Amino acid sequence: MSTTETTASGIGPVEGAGASVYTVDNPAPLIEPPRKRTKKSPKSTRGNFEMAAWLFMRLSGVVLVVLVIGHLLIQLVLDGGVSKIGFAFVAGRWASPFWQVWDLLMLWLAMLHGANGLRTVINDYAERPNTRLWLKGLLYTATVFTILLGTLVIFTFDPNIR
Amino acid sequence: MPAGTLYRGREGMWSWVAHRVTGVLIFFFLFVHVLDTALVRVSPEAYDTVVATYKTPIVALLEYGLVAAILFHALNGLRVIAVDFWVKGARYQKQMLWTVVGLWVVLMLGAIYPVLGHAARELFGS
Ligand code: HEM
Repeated sequence: MSTTETTASGIGPVEGAGASVYTVDNPAPLIEPPRKRTKKSPKSTRGNFEMAAWLFMRLSGVVLVVLVIGHLLIQLVLDGGVSKIGFAFVAGRWASPFWQVWDLLMLWLAMLHGANGLRTVINDYAERPNTRLWLKGLLYTATVFTILLGTLVIFTFDPNIR
Repeated sequence: MPAGTLYRGREGMWSWVAHRVTGVLIFFFLFVHVLDTALVRVSPEAYDTVVATYKTPIVALLEYGLVAAILFHALNGLRVIAVDFWVKGARYQKQMLWTVVGLWVVLMLGAIYPVLGHAARELFGS
């Protein structure tokens, strides 16, 4: 490919055909970038929600790798795997604020990350406005319920319940 | 398939499909998992009864599948992040996918004994 060679005017052979009609005294017209905001364009009525959501998926993803892989190691691999789990094991772990904070953070991040992911999936596949409304209503209800229930359980856990 | 497509029908598309399917599966599991853990607020017996069913061989197999889904989603998620933020990410997306798959296979082999060991002992005697 030899189309990258440039002429003296800085225009490639394809666009300028070797001899440009533009010179220092006759410069090319300035073309305004498309969709550039000017004084006349109306004020943006949208925030940057989708961009924030996009960024949140990536930031929460990085943190979740540590929280979730650590969780799997402790619950399923170390110390006999799933066999050791029971009320006593849970009581032992939630006796420490460190693991309470770990689980709380994991709960909130995973639920919000997963819910936002499902919102994307609904947006992609549900086409009728009513279907979208109901699916998202169901999703948000289940998400708020699960986050509140989980948070309540972590904070009100009582090892001497019996 | 249209000629010259870089994405459709190739590694990029299938890794996206797998990322989406695993993400949705994990979300549904998480919902159930918070409900079962909430039983610690009911009584130790209620919690231990439900967790006892998680120690059966069939559920052990489901657990292995869950680990497979989470590990793929986590590793491929890091790849997606690299594609978005690393200047050379898009150029190396294919190599990164095979790195993800390779790591995933190694980790899944390593998970066989810890996750499925107790089920094997129960089925075939220790
Ligand atoms: C373990 C660490 C995790 C990492 C690194 C991670 C990473 C990511 C990233 C980067 C995306 C965005 C993909 C895109 O925009 O194309 C994503 C999507 C998603 N994630 Fe995760 N994630 C993790 C854990 C989870 C968990 C625990 C859940 C479930 C509760 C989950 C559910 C989802 C869903 C449903 C999507 C949307 C998929 C789609 O739009 O196709 N992820 N993940």
